[in-house]
Amino acid sequence: MGKVSDVPRQTMPEQDPIERGKNFNEVALGYPEDAAVLEASRCMQCKKPKCVEGCPVEIDIPAFIEAVNERRFDDAIRIVKEKNNLPAICGRVCPQETQCEIKCVLGIKKDPVAIGRLERFVADYELALGVADPDRPPRKGHKVAVVGSGPGGLTAAADLAKMGYDVTIFEAFHDTGGVLRYGIPEFRLPKAIVSKEVDYIRRLGVDIETNVIVGKTVTIKSLMEEEGYEAVFIAVGAGLPYFKGIPGENFIGVYSANEFLTRVNLMSAYRFPEADTPVIIGKRVAVEGGGNVAMDSARTSLRLGADKVYIVYRRSEVEMPARAEEVHHAKDEGIVFNLLTTISRVLGDDDGRVSAVECIRMELGEPDSSGRRRPVPIEGSEFTLDVDMVVMAIGSGANPLLTGATPELELNKRGYIVTDPDTGRTSIEGVYAGGDIVTGAATVIEAMGAGKRAARAIDAYLTSKSAS
Amino acid sequence: MYRIVSKKELSPVVKEIEVEAPRIARGARAGNFVILRVNPDGERIPLTVGDADPERGTVTIVFQEVGKTTKELGLKEVGEDLQDLVGPLGRNREIPEGKRIVCVAGGVGTAPIYFQAKAMRAAGNHITTIMGARNVSLLFWQDRIESVSDKVLYSTDDGTFGKHGFVTDVLRELIESGEKIDEVDAIGPLVMMRAVSELTRPYGIYTVVSLDSIMVDGTGMCGGCRVTVDGVVKFTCVDGPEFDGHKVDFAELAKRKAAYREHEELSCRLFDEALAAHDKEE
Repeated sequence: MGKVSDVPRQTMPEQDPIERGKNFNEVALGYPEDAAVLEASRCMQCKKPKCVEGCPVEIDIPAFIEAVNERRFDDAIRIVKEKNNLPAICGRVCPQETQCEIKCVLGIKKDPVAIGRLERFVADYELALGVADPDRPPRKGHKVAVVGSGPGGLTAAADLAKMGYDVTIFEAFHDTGGVLRYGIPEFRLPKAIVSKEVDYIRRLGVDIETNVIVGKTVTIKSLMEEEGYEAVFIAVGAGLPYFKGIPGENFIGVYSANEFLTRVNLMSAYRFPEADTPVIIGKRVAVEGGGNVAMDSARTSLRLGADKVYIVYRRSEVEMPARAEEVHHAKDEGIVFNLLTTISRVLGDDDGRVSAVECIRMELGEPDSSGRRRPVPIEGSEFTLDVDMVVMAIGSGANPLLTGATPELELNKRGYIVTDPDTGRTSIEGVYAGGDIVTGAATVIEAMGAGKRAARAIDAYLTSKSAS
Repeated sequence: MYRIVSKKELSPVVKEIEVEAPRIARGARAGNFVILRVNPDGERIPLTVGDADPERGTVTIVFQEVGKTTKELGLKEVGEDLQDLVGPLGRNREIPEGKRIVCVAGGVGTAPIYFQAKAMRAAGNHITTIMGARNVSLLFWQDRIESVSDKVLYSTDDGTFGKHGFVTDVLRELIESGEKIDEVDAIGPLVMMRAVSELTRPYGIYTVVSLDSIMVDGTGMCGGCRVTVDGVVKFTCVDGPEFDGHKVDFAELAKRKAAYREHEELSCRLFDEALAAHDKEE
C-alpha cells in the first residue's frame, strides 16, 4: 500500500449558484486534466482495494485511477468500460459517497479519493474524442429481449451484446434512457450525454424499439412464443407516482414529480412554445419530499422562473434520502427548506387552480418500520404557504401494466417482482428482472448492478439450455 | 413506421386516418386508445381507437382539428409517417352478452362508438345507436354505424337531419317510450357525456362514459389524468378510460381539462400564423 498523500481532495468547478438558478446548463463542470491527475495521485493503490467491494458493477477502481495518474487516459476508460457501460452517467449521478468512496481507506484519516469525479473525467475524455466502434464478438444466434431502456436495461443489453447475444430493448416511451431521460434534469445529467451513452450501446449491436409497451403492445408470452426471444430481462422501473390523498390534490397546478419532470425533461416543456408540450410555471412552488427527486423538482422549478421554492419534508435533514451534495446544491441556489413539516391540504380558487397549501408541523416519535423515527403531527401547528404550484415527490410504487398482463409472474404483496437476488431469475423460466420493479425505488447504479447480474445469469441459462 | 395508408376528410374539421401499426392493430380492443406525436418536438396526445384491422395491420383514428397537434396531424398526407404511435392503451371494454344497449355518439366519439358497437353486436347484444351533430354536414360513418346497429336514431342541433335537438332529447324519448335498456354507452364531448349521465341517473340505467383527460405517458407513470370517480382518485389511462358515468366528478374533470387553455391558444395561434406566412410565400 502506498503512503497517505498530503494532496487535498481536489474540488470540482461548478457554475455560480445564483447564475445557474437561471439556466439548465450542467451545474458541476468536471475536473480539468491536471486536477484529475493530482486527484488520482492521492490513491494509495491498496493491495486489497475496499472501494471495489463498494461498487455494484465491480469496476477495477485502483487500476483505472493508476492509469489516470500516469496520464494513460485511453487505458483508464478502457478499464472502466470493462465493467461499466455507462461511465459518463455513473460519474455524474452515482452516490459514490455511500458506495465506493465510503470504503476508501484514505477516507479514514483524510477525504476519500474522488472516484466518481475521476470516472466522469475519463468518460468525458473519451466522449470528447469520439468513441471508437466497439469490438463485436461473434454472434451466438440467440435472441434476448430487454424490457425498458433505463440504466438496468441498458446495462444488461450491453453485457449480453458483448457476449454475442442478439439483443432487442423494448421501450415504452418514444425516446430512450428511462429515468435518465425523463427523470434526472439536464443540469445534473445533460441529455446529450445520455444520447451518447445510448449510442454506444447501439453500436455494440443492441436494437432499441421505442413505443412498445410490454404488457400492452406485446406480452412476455408473445415475445417468447411468437417472436423467438429465448430469454427476457424485465427492467421497467417503478414509476406509479404516489399522491398523499389529501383534500385539494386534484387542483390544477398539483403535479406528481414524475409528471412535472417528464414534461420538462423528456418533453422539453422548458422550450414551450417552441416545443409543443406545456408546463405550468409556478411563481411560488412547494415541493413535498426529501429525496433526490424532490431536489430535482425544486431546482427545476427555480430554473423555470419561480421566485420562491419550498421543500416541505416531514422529517429532519438527517433523515433526508437525498444525496448530501444535492441538498447542498439546492440550498446554495436559494431553495427554502421547511423541515419537520407536511402538506395537509391544498387550497384552490374557483377555476380549480392551486392558491395555497396548508401545512402542519411534525415532531419525531418512535422509530418506524424503516428504522427512522416516525414523524407525528403537532396538533394546532397548521400554517399556510402561499403557493401557485405543488409538486408531490413522495415516491412511487410498482406499475402493474406489465405484471398485470403476465399472471404467471410471482409478485410480492406490494406488487414488485419476486426474484432470486443473485441471478434476477423470476417465477417464469427464462424471464429475469431487476432494478426498481424488484427492489422498489432505488439508484441508477443498483439497477445497473442488477442488469449485470441478470446478464450473467441469462448467459448461464442459455448456455446450459443449448448444451442440453 | 406508422405510415398513413388512407385518409378521408369527414367534415371541414374532422379527418379519418388509417395508420400502419401491426402490433397495435392485433391488440386493439373496444375502449382502447393510442398516443401519438406528429413532430420531433411534438406533444403526446391520446386518441381513441376508431377501428383496427389485424389483417391489414392498421388502426383507424378519427380526430377533430381543435389544437396545434391535431391541425398538424390534419396536414399529414397518405404515405407520410407519424412521428410516434404507441398503444393499445387503457383497459379493454368488458363486452356484455345478450343485453339491450344504447350507444350515444357525439362528434368524433362516433368512431370509438362504432368500434365498441361492432364488438358488442358480435357478442349478441341488441344495439341502438343515437348519433348527433350540430348539423347534417358534420355527421359521418352513418354506413358503418348502421352496419353494427339494430337501430340508428339521429339528431341535429339545427334540425337538418333526424330529430331537431340533442342526442339527449332522443335518448329521453327512447327511455320514456318504455323501451327496455340495460346499458347506455356515451362517447363524445364532455358536456354531452355529462348530460347523458344526468339523464339516465334517475332511471338507474347503468351508463358508461369514455374520458379524455390530459395525459403524458398513458401508462400510469405521470398521474396527470387523475379523475375522481365515486370519491376515489383514478388514473384515466390505466383505470379507464371508461368509467361509470354516474360516479364521475364531471365538474372537476372539466376544470382539469382547461389546465393548459392559455398554452393551447398560444400554440394554436403561432401555428396558424406560421401556416399563413408559409402560404403567402408560395
